[in-house]
Amino acid sequence: MKFGVVVFPGSNCDKDMQDSLLHDLQKEVIMLWHKDKDLSMFTTDDCIVLPGGFSFGDYLRCGAIAKFSPMMQSVIEFANKGGKVLGVCNGFQILCESGLLPGVLLQNANQQFICKNVFIKSDESDALQIPIAHGEGRFFANDATLDEMESNNQILFRYCNKNGVVAPEFNPNGATRNIAGICNKNRNIFGMMPHPERATASALQNIDGKKIFQILGLN
Amino acid sequence: MEITFETARQLRLTEEEFELIKQKLGRTPNFTELCSFSAMWSEHCSYKNSIKWLKTLPREGGRMLVAAGEENAGLMDMGNGFGVVFKIESHNHPSALEPFQGAATGVGGIQRDIFTMGARPIASLNSLRFGNLNDKKTQHLLKGVVHGIGHYGNCFGVPTVGGEVYFESCYHTNPLVNAMSVGIMQANKMISATAEGIGNPVFFVGSATGKDGIGGASFASADITKESVQELPAVQVGDPFQEKKLLEACLELIETGAIVGMQDMGAAGIICSTAEMSAKGGVGMRIDLDKVPTRQQDMKAWELLLSESQERMLIVVEKGKEKLVLDVFDKWDVSASHIGEVTGDGLLQFYMHDVLEAAIPAYELVLGGGAPQYTRENTEPKYFEKINAFDINTIEDITDIKSIAEQIIQIPNIASKRWVYNQYDSMVGTANASTNAPSDASIVLAKGTGKALAITVDCNSKYVFANPYIGGMIAVAEAARNIVCSGGEPIGVTNCLNFGNPYDPEVYYQFVKAVTGMGDACRKFQTPVTGGNVSFYNQGPEGAVYPTPTIGMVGILDDFSNRMTLNYNQEGDFIVLIGKQKNDISSSEYLHKLQQVEYSPAPAFDLDEEYNNQQIIAALIKSKLIVSAHDISEGGLMVTLFEKGFHKNLGFTVSVNEGLIRKDAFWFGEAQSRIVITVQKSMLETVMAQIQNAGISAEMLGTVTSGEIHINGIDFGNISAWKEKYDTAIENILNN
Repeated sequence: MKFGVVVFPGSNCDKDMQDSLLHDLQKEVIMLWHKDKDLSMFTTDDCIVLPGGFSFGDYLRCGAIAKFSPMMQSVIEFANKGGKVLGVCNGFQILCESGLLPGVLLQNANQQFICKNVFIKSDESDALQIPIAHGEGRFFANDATLDEMESNNQILFRYCNKNGVVAPEFNPNGATRNIAGICNKNRNIFGMMPHPERATASALQNIDGKKIFQILGLN
Repeated sequence: MEITFETARQLRLTEEEFELIKQKLGRTPNFTELCSFSAMWSEHCSYKNSIKWLKTLPREGGRMLVAAGEENAGLMDMGNGFGVVFKIESHNHPSALEPFQGAATGVGGIQRDIFTMGARPIASLNSLRFGNLNDKKTQHLLKGVVHGIGHYGNCFGVPTVGGEVYFESCYHTNPLVNAMSVGIMQANKMISATAEGIGNPVFFVGSATGKDGIGGASFASADITKESVQELPAVQVGDPFQEKKLLEACLELIETGAIVGMQDMGAAGIICSTAEMSAKGGVGMRIDLDKVPTRQQDMKAWELLLSESQERMLIVVEKGKEKLVLDVFDKWDVSASHIGEVTGDGLLQFYMHDVLEAAIPAYELVLGGGAPQYTRENTEPKYFEKINAFDINTIEDITDIKSIAEQIIQIPNIASKRWVYNQYDSMVGTANASTNAPSDASIVLAKGTGKALAITVDCNSKYVFANPYIGGMIAVAEAARNIVCSGGEPIGVTNCLNFGNPYDPEVYYQFVKAVTGMGDACRKFQTPVTGGNVSFYNQGPEGAVYPTPTIGMVGILDDFSNRMTLNYNQEGDFIVLIGKQKNDISSSEYLHKLQQVEYSPAPAFDLDEEYNNQQIIAALIKSKLIVSAHDISEGGLMVTLFEKGFHKNLGFTVSVNEGLIRKDAFWFGEAQSRIVITVQKSMLETVMAQIQNAGISAEMLGTVTSGEIHINGIDFGNISAWKEKYDTAIENILNN
């Protein structure tokens, strides 16, 4: 399984994602420029990653301009064919803007950018310590959409405390139902606000991010 | 328009300076030329009132690869062929008026100084000072400044890894916003800010030029008054997305080998970058100002020359390689315009539609050239009498250390600054090794070099106010101590000298003495000063701010395994104090904030004692004999003992005899050069013997517990309750 990491102007977690995949997960990584279109070197077993950052400055809604880039047209096509796509932070915002994932990401409830370690968990996992760094990470969708997502098991990660308890007081940004990460119905498109690539290097003394890639089947 | 001294005076030039300009040109300057001199000879660009004293600092030797002040930032040898580039700069006056943009563009400006050299910025720090936090105006400034720093830095994508925030009434009108950036590069690939090669094209790249920031340099060179708000156009507006693209494009362009020289446009925009690059290369330039992209119509020549619009660079390119430049900037969708050529006559000639608007010898405009240099009168400040009159015996000693401790850890200067730093992306770059393992300095992996950096910014300005010479030394000593306690070897300093009006002899006295103290300490720690910035005129109607020479210091960890954390590591470890306890509460937070004593001497400090104590810490860390080290600073020993517990929620049992030392001094005094370490039981004997052999005093204080705290038999409860108070003190004030 190899990875392609898309670089938009304003991406700033692209190199971190590359480092993490290459050095900590020992994966092949190809960097992809937003003005290009060619994804012919990838099969649907591979994964395209939309990294974090401030694509095109995010002066409009986050991700709203990035979705029009040539590479994103190819990524949408690739995803619709069943290829794996992971969006982290700004990448998640782009996926929602592109309609590849349901819901939107609103400004954090406290109206501030928040960067800190938080805990998230999947249904099966223990609490994993993963950093967040965003100003607009409050996931929102209407109840009907949410109920449908729940029944399809599309909620991948929720904010919790270190013991794995999911409750409002452990929700850093006010996200609906403590949602930190989701996938589409076909389970090939993944989006999450926390940064697993920031938690894979042993020198930084937290490698919980590796477990995130494992849970996503991207290891 | 006739140019007279009155015109010059309005541009903040003195009569003497106006005469000097006429003499240098051999004629009366026109308005555009006079504006150019006004900006270039402002304190901000020319250092006219400070340079003579700055030259007394140790400015060479050690690992320095470029002389101090010669380039946009300092460059030091990291070994393995790599260099570390760093600098600190102030953006105080813009932040006083428009905290969000003022702070944001301060961050943007310092990043450009780093990547202009060809380095990729990997870490940012900042040093902030505001008035009383309970004041609504302070809260407005704090929120704006923090939001601005976050807005720019988070988008630009360089982690903010450390800093300091202080609240003192003297900063009410004039807050201080000092931003530092650190980058790494291959040492032999430095791009100089020099123009060379007659006929080489000059490119203007980045954002279009508008009227924002016109006169910023001279605005920074005057006191803040009620009327200052009318200078609002002198505050620039930042665009971090543009800067991010500019960074990537510039670093990519460097790889093509097309660049002869490059300088960012900061203070005094086009005039400053053309003048400095030309003067340095002994050349001139012919510039067609009408080719500069503008964002406003009908801009005049002087406006184009002085605009401080952000995210712009001047690049001298090797003739024939113009297309390489255009291709790279096109790829990144950044504008690049060929605006002129390097000439051989040393003259800066600025044209608008082929009409000559200004002709000035580049040399006459710049520091080290024609710019004047003064040394101002200085007299010992009158308030020293009050400081000298302080008598510790007039303060009654305390009995209940627990209640004092509760107050102390909630003083905003001491309490957790998480409300601030959680708004900064501190982890982008995946190189911040302090997130999960805190140290006194911030530890950042220098990816690709095999090394790590230890970085810190420090200045306790209350100490400098009390005694500028000793306070200046302490600022350097504390920075070095923080790096040593983190396992690093201090290598160099960048400084941001924030003072009041230099024409006030008492302010100038503070400046002279502080610089002298810093110089002596830098020589002792072998940390030369690589550059920095002087910010005078930090005063409002109520007087000058505390003299604040902020020290940014960089250290190297050749071996990352020498990294030392500050926190208790394991229950049962022994807690040992290195350094002498002293009967001293001078200038402590305890005395100042809880006893409301504003005037007292600087805390006890001896440079040799400090150096020796740092040496023993460095040796213990290298021999892998200790598990934590944290220095004693604001709030004294008590705060250090608590802070060591917060990271892992571990407590402590301490049992000591205060002896002849007052209780307040023992627990809350801020005598310098003390460090609290923890040691595993099996190592204790070796450690104590090694300290004693070095002739250094050490005292066993107690042991680490699973969370409970006991001091001399008094039950202090659990560390988590203390952590809650420490963490939320600032938030509670802001949310009220």
